[in-house]
Amino acid sequence: MSNSIPEIEDAKMMLCVGTNMTECHPIIAVRVKKAVRKGAKLYVVDPRKIPLTEYADGHLPLKLGSDVALFNAMAKVIIDEGLEDKEYIEERVEGFEELKAHLQPFTLEYAEEISGVPAELIRECAIEYAKAESAGIYYTLGITEHICGVSNVQSLCNLALITGNLGKKSAGVNPLRGQNNIQGAGDCGALPNNYPGFQSVEDPACQEKFEKAWGVPMDPKKGITKIAALDHAVDGRIQAMWICGENTLVTDPDVKHTTKALESLDFLVVQDMFLTDTAKLADVVFPAAAFTEVDGFFTNSDRRVQRIRKAANPPGEAMPDWWIISQVAQRMGTSVDFEYQSSEEVFDELAALSPIYAGLTYDRIEKGDLSWPVPDKDHPGTPILHEGEFLNGKGKLQLLDYVPPSENPDEEYPFYLTTGRRLPTYHSNTMTGRSGGFRILVPNEWLEIHPADSDRLGLADGDWARIKSRRGEVITRVAVTRTSPRGTVFMSFAFPEEVMTNFVTNPEVDPRTETPEFKVAAVSIERVEAPSGLGAEQALRADPEGPGLV
Amino acid sequence: MMSNENRMTIDGAEVAFQPGETVLEVARRQGAFVPTLCYDERLDPYGSCRLCVVEVEGRRLPASSCTLKAESGMEIRTGSDPIRKMQSTLMEMVLSENPDDECPRCRDIGTCEVHDLAEKLEVGRERFLGAISNASKDDSNPFLLRDYDRCISCYRCVRICDEVEADHAITMTGRGWNKGIATAFDGGLMDSDCTLCGQCIYTCPTGALADKKMVGQGEIPGEVEVTRSVCPYCGTGCSINLHSRDGKMIGVTPVLDGPVNEGALCVKGQFGFDFVNSGDRLTRPLIRKNGELTPVSWDEAFDYTAQKLMSVRADHGPKAFYAIASGRAPGEGSYMLQKFTRAVMNSNQVDNCSRG
Repeated sequence: MSNSIPEIEDAKMMLCVGTNMTECHPIIAVRVKKAVRKGAKLYVVDPRKIPLTEYADGHLPLKLGSDVALFNAMAKVIIDEGLEDKEYIEERVEGFEELKAHLQPFTLEYAEEISGVPAELIRECAIEYAKAESAGIYYTLGITEHICGVSNVQSLCNLALITGNLGKKSAGVNPLRGQNNIQGAGDCGALPNNYPGFQSVEDPACQEKFEKAWGVPMDPKKGITKIAALDHAVDGRIQAMWICGENTLVTDPDVKHTTKALESLDFLVVQDMFLTDTAKLADVVFPAAAFTEVDGFFTNSDRRVQRIRKAANPPGEAMPDWWIISQVAQRMGTSVDFEYQSSEEVFDELAALSPIYAGLTYDRIEKGDLSWPVPDKDHPGTPILHEGEFLNGKGKLQLLDYVPPSENPDEEYPFYLTTGRRLPTYHSNTMTGRSGGFRILVPNEWLEIHPADSDRLGLADGDWARIKSRRGEVITRVAVTRTSPRGTVFMSFAFPEEVMTNFVTNPEVDPRTETPEFKVAAVSIERVEAPSGLGAEQALRADPEGPGLV
Repeated sequence: MMSNENRMTIDGAEVAFQPGETVLEVARRQGAFVPTLCYDERLDPYGSCRLCVVEVEGRRLPASSCTLKAESGMEIRTGSDPIRKMQSTLMEMVLSENPDDECPRCRDIGTCEVHDLAEKLEVGRERFLGAISNASKDDSNPFLLRDYDRCISCYRCVRICDEVEADHAITMTGRGWNKGIATAFDGGLMDSDCTLCGQCIYTCPTGALADKKMVGQGEIPGEVEVTRSVCPYCGTGCSINLHSRDGKMIGVTPVLDGPVNEGALCVKGQFGFDFVNSGDRLTRPLIRKNGELTPVSWDEAFDYTAQKLMSVRADHGPKAFYAIASGRAPGEGSYMLQKFTRAVMNSNQVDNCSRG
């Protein structure tokens, strides 16, 4: 996030795009609701009528993947109405005239045709955004999990740049990260193109820095992404894989492909708390301690580095992740130092090598009030990025074209399927499914479908249906709801042992980030009889409070 | 000469205050014992329990200090005999409607505010012994115990739901003896707008609301330890207190000064912690032998893994290895995995799970 979470409360206008916040980031949603109470405007851009729309001044129910057309049209409205921040553009932005010319075809009529959102509503939203004293954009995977994810993000950045909403309080462009430490994993250098602290592996100065620190030569070429690595596993270029705390088999798109990739490996190490579906394929499984059983840190969405602390004992011989990896390293005949006495020593090494963490110690992250960059020991942290100036000079406006999703409904697969989470079931349910009581709240998977569609298919609430795509099929219950728009159905992927949703999802990726288009797949739907052994009795398990499956 | 501005007297001592502070906040900072039941630092002052009364020089009647803004030159007395007598009487009236049986919250979680205050003010329930409301709700939700016999009508639950969680799922109903707490249409929590975030439990000063997961854990020996940490679910980064006993997790409460959540939590952060106690946790390293994952010693697992990875590196080159770090586990592990990949396997073949 460019701005901190507490600032949201003082925003004057909030544009929430592809973020089912009340279910996926409920405590950020609290800030949004409080801002609304203080008089802020809220516009929600989402194909589904998500709960946040109840608080909104406007809901723009766009068609899946039509974001660029919509936001380009908003930018055009802002410029046509003369509402751009001329001073800010003059001082901090480049490419304005080019953008203005590029936007000519993105009329409201065109945007309405592509996105299905009424032109007048698009115009209203654009004007409210541009007029507000401070307007914040908040988005989640509804923006990024598309083949045009980068363009989607850039189309939002354009809006912030032409209205001067980047680099000031209660504004900005704010991706809400979906996992507790996904920001931290990237910060730590678990990326194929960056050392810790986002230092490029292809920059000779950075290579030299790490060669000096670790005393061995660095590979001067960047690695491939995880998505490409699974392809390389299939064709034999990758022989061994070490997966820490990810249920890859269940959470990646196109399960058949993922299974083939992992089964093709000569050697698979999985480090986890549970014997997940992925761990079941492993050659070696390391038992990892839980977050309650170790000292360490998580870095959250607003770049806040926070301490976690040991409160309980790990079961059996489970050990902290860092310790397990360092032990294997020490047995590989390396000259590199892998002897650490504590997690704090690991953190100190990370901080010493990462300029953005340089001022951090376990003492300084006690209360979590520092957001990186924290370049030195006296630095107060950086809750707002890009204040005064951008890191690389001027903010560059991007000329973006609308690209339709890689799959669209046709005769054979007439519906759009989009996926996401539900409030009480997190991701593949490895944690919530094992926590007492959550199975009572959400006992099973279901397909959400609009009544107009269900009527046409002869489906009633509670019926079973087969959902089929070009990659695979699943059978699940049906819930008839107006949350989903006509022609678009929704599922989560929280019950892989019963309904492996990612059999159906689309593995096409954004060419720049290689993030799959989880949010759009073309599917067919047909009514089926309740499958034997998967009836209502399974939905209401005999012991709903007992541990669920993986 | 010292200016009188933003200074006042509490129990004879002159103290400074910040404009906007309440007399209660200033007095407590001075160490004065000012009891409260309807007060929660996260909520707007409410002034309903009247226990925080103080004497204000120049005023005929005592005032509730939680709603009284500090003013320059004010003279406050907090613990005079008449004030203590009022507080004791009020407490006796609160207790008179409270059931006499064992409070589950006191028994299993920690002394509730009502029973803690009763002890401090040295009062019991005998003097005004009254009827019990029998307003308890049999609620089928898995997380929140609702025993409104113990409700003292401070409405902290209603206010926390509104002011801190911005949900407004419960409200106060009725008048006098029939007053109570209800959802819309007075049904169960699971049939209402309630998201079961459980924050009403934590603010409740009695045993009227309690954490079903914590109740019944009183049998575990040893003291409850409270350890500050961060929620393991989404990327919001809410601060949580981990409650453990004898090395075992028994519950979670919000951290009031957590910079992101300021004392708010959602259903996952509040109740989704006990996967760590799950019986199917991995407890030993496993190696596949004859097709079966078989428990082995750490040494055997380490040696085997090191040998296999060395031979992959030797036979197929550094790029034949790939590492995927977790976006869920602590950062030190991710740092170690990328260091291992770069410095031991000699490639940049490492990523995390952010792409899907």
